[in-house]
Amino acid sequence: MTTIPADHALYTAAALFALGLTGVLVRRSLLFVLMSLEVMLNAVGLAFVAGGARWGQADGQVMFLLVLTLAAAEVAIGLALLLAVHLRVGTLDGDRLSRLRG
Amino acid sequence: MTPTFVITAAVAIIATTLVITGRNAVHALLYLVVSLLAVAVIFLMLGAPFAAALEVIIYAGAIMVVFLFVVMMVESAPVPGPDQTLKDARLWVGPGLLAAVLLVELVVMMAMGVPGVAGGEAVAPQAVGIRLMGPYLLAVELASMLLLAGLVGAWHLGRPAERTVPRPHAPAPAVKRETGP
Repeated sequence: MTTIPADHALYTAAALFALGLTGVLVRRSLLFVLMSLEVMLNAVGLAFVAGGARWGQADGQVMFLLVLTLAAAEVAIGLALLLAVHLRVGTLDGDRLSRLRG
Repeated sequence: MTPTFVITAAVAIIATTLVITGRNAVHALLYLVVSLLAVAVIFLMLGAPFAAALEVIIYAGAIMVVFLFVVMMVESAPVPGPDQTLKDARLWVGPGLLAAVLLVELVVMMAMGVPGVAGGEAVAPQAVGIRLMGPYLLAVELASMLLLAGLVGAWHLGRPAERTVPRPHAPAPAVKRETGP
């Protein structure tokens, strides 16, 4: 079975990152924004692992582990904020959370 | 360039597209799980089995379950009742088909061998652990502190509102004022 060029894994990571960024910019529901953030972090992890696999080093997977930790902490805080917003404002629409506008 | 990698990348991109264009949050979560599983298969192809296992266990397992809890708490009408879930094929046929494609690819790779990266070689979990506990020990400690900060922050934000200490010079109930725009 033939091997995978490292470029193609990086192209896949770039496509996933672009899709996640599109989701963050386009969607208004905070839940979908958080999901798109997860997609972006996952794409970054894929780029790290692809780089580490290209050079045969373990550092790519170590960085993927750190990205995973970051994603877990971000999800905990983000979902707690989302629940607080849902409890106090009653909506998840990001455009309606405009109380801080001066 | 292997066909298995192209198919897996296509599954990941299709599932992610359906995540960001989805209307129902539960369906989007199912497609997000499929996208994460596809990325895990890509990790396996790239010669990173440890990262693939962590992707399935932590991302697709733990983080997505937390997402599912929150969706169940905030969505007004997220899913139909338990009797209709399996009969309505629209709910599960899309993620099921994509996941079945990934399963077939796993079986094919088990039979014919994992492709690997051009110019590189597979990195065993032992090498990752040795790097992690050696030169990256400070990063591991920082990650543990980050997780602790996330835990404390989530606990603080998730406290019920009536337990907050009232301000000394504002005897009016501060909780009522925050409801509704």
